[in-house]
Amino acid sequence: MGRYLIRRVLQFIPVFLGATFLIFALVFLIPGDPIRALSGDRPMPASVQQALEARYNLDKPLWEQYFLYVAGVAQGDFGEDFRGREVTDIMAERIPVTFKLAMYAFAFEVVLGIAAGILAGLRKGGFIDNLVRISTLVVISIPIFVLGFMAQLLIGVRWGWLPVSGLGDGFKSYIMPAIVLGSLSLAYIARLTRTSLAENMRADYVRTATAKGLKRSRVVGVHALRNSMIPVITFLGVDLGGLMGGAIITEGIFNLPGLGNAVFRAVVQQEGTVVVGIVTFLVLIFLLSNLLVDVLYAVLDPRIRYE
Amino acid sequence: MSSTPCSTLGFVMSDFRQAEAVTETETVGAPVTEEVEEEPKKPAEIGVPPGATTSLWSDAWRQLRTSPLFLISLGLVVLFIVMAIVPQLFTSADPRACSLSNSLERPSSEHWFGFDLQGCDYYARSIYGARISMAIGVTVIGFAAILAVILGSISGYYGGWLDSVIARLTDIWFAIPTILGGIVILSLLGERGFFQVSLVLVILGWPTMLRLYRASVLAVKEMDYVEAARALGASDFRILFKHILPNAITPVIIYAAISVGVIIAAEAALSFLGVGLQLPAISWGLMISGAQTRILQAPHLLLFPGLLLSLAVFGFILMGDALRDALDPKGR
Repeated sequence: MGRYLIRRVLQFIPVFLGATFLIFALVFLIPGDPIRALSGDRPMPASVQQALEARYNLDKPLWEQYFLYVAGVAQGDFGEDFRGREVTDIMAERIPVTFKLAMYAFAFEVVLGIAAGILAGLRKGGFIDNLVRISTLVVISIPIFVLGFMAQLLIGVRWGWLPVSGLGDGFKSYIMPAIVLGSLSLAYIARLTRTSLAENMRADYVRTATAKGLKRSRVVGVHALRNSMIPVITFLGVDLGGLMGGAIITEGIFNLPGLGNAVFRAVVQQEGTVVVGIVTFLVLIFLLSNLLVDVLYAVLDPRIRYE
Repeated sequence: MSSTPCSTLGFVMSDFRQAEAVTETETVGAPVTEEVEEEPKKPAEIGVPPGATTSLWSDAWRQLRTSPLFLISLGLVVLFIVMAIVPQLFTSADPRACSLSNSLERPSSEHWFGFDLQGCDYYARSIYGARISMAIGVTVIGFAAILAVILGSISGYYGGWLDSVIARLTDIWFAIPTILGGIVILSLLGERGFFQVSLVLVILGWPTMLRLYRASVLAVKEMDYVEAARALGASDFRILFKHILPNAITPVIIYAAISVGVIIAAEAALSFLGVGLQLPAISWGLMISGAQTRILQAPHLLLFPGLLLSLAVFGFILMGDALRDALDPKGR
């Protein structure tokens, strides 16, 4: 297991560097001069422009800029935006909102998704199974922003059950955005659990467990479910990245001041350092959660542990 | 749970069993074939008449023909393709002929979907919106599939350092979420039309298909008939495209059907966010984006394009699902 983990961690480093370099190069290679844009209609004196370019390392070749940037990130310095505000400050303000939103969405999709998947998988072909199959397809088909607006219009405005937007009501303000954000993954989790469990229920070891006279709850809960969770957990690791991407749209619709909202605003305002900073952070979270999944994998699946 | 592996038994089944299989397909949806692989020798045992083809695809077609979910998805997909190619069949109104005096009018029996802010007939606009969505969905998946087949062939067939380089590249690509990457790249482009949006979606979408095809090539290249072709002196090119491709492409086709839906949704999301297509293009994402500030006054502006968009995505995803059940016995 030790060797497996070391290999995974070592693989993580080049992927992280590659992905961040890609983003970095994209943002800073594209034509357009953010420094000149700062001064608006009137051109700024050449000396001021040079001083600003030197300050943001824009006068150096791209690879050197990237190297300086990564060295900064390693020390917790994500640079500053063009108004002199630390990117880490912007992020520190925004992270709690996105973190809460993602965690509520995650809890919602995991609990309901796995429950629906188990109910469907145990009676394959039954009424609940067909219900889950069709309803998850419908949920997958409705784009998140259509779903968000419909929820806002019906639940928020027409029926007035939950706050429409903003963060004014604490936990209550998160409920609707979290459900909207988590619904797509909920559908995937339910489908994965269903197929995986249905397949494992036919496996020999489940028959053995039943033949030994174990209670059905133990056969399903301990024997079948443990193996069925492997593909689901893989998906959950990838899904955290998806939640971060979806947060951009959800936070926009429900007007939540989170990372997604900030990155979108920064993109529109061409704040390169803010975009790169937040995207780097999101990619890091995504890769770390994938790493965590690989560790969990080794715990769940002995074949990997003893490799 | 035991179900008849109806598709491998094929037409040699008695009418009775065929009927049984059909009703089962109807109630279960399509996953009946999941057991097919357990008894792959069945047709030979019961004596298929010589000359009868029971290839994977003909088996699948026999099952799909009777699957209501597949027929629904086929209907939807055909409907939207026709809508994209000849929107005039559905509406005689011109989506660009607008009169401000009709601004935000609610749906009526004459104008089913009402009017938008500019006073354009919303039904006509919704119908014409299918064109660019479908075009982007099909183009992106087409190009991504071509890339996947070429790179996946190189990667899976030759292996070695090229394989490692391609694998690491896909790892890196996977680390960037599609919508996030799309926003970053597209926001940097001044002009964003069909070409730019498609290009960015291809760039962000190719790695999954590549991995699928590579894995498939790895499995197929060990087959005896590939060995036989090589022994007969066939060139690598011929082996890859004549022998391996037809047998390795199935997972890519299934994934492609689903992905067209996913790409249509992604395009709409990017246009909705204001980094995708730009006005005066007629696109569902743009229409929904325009509706968002007026969902209280004019909810119909949100409802109709949202509905059509969801139906189009639903059609493709359902089709992929049905295809997977029919073609991939161990499908998820």
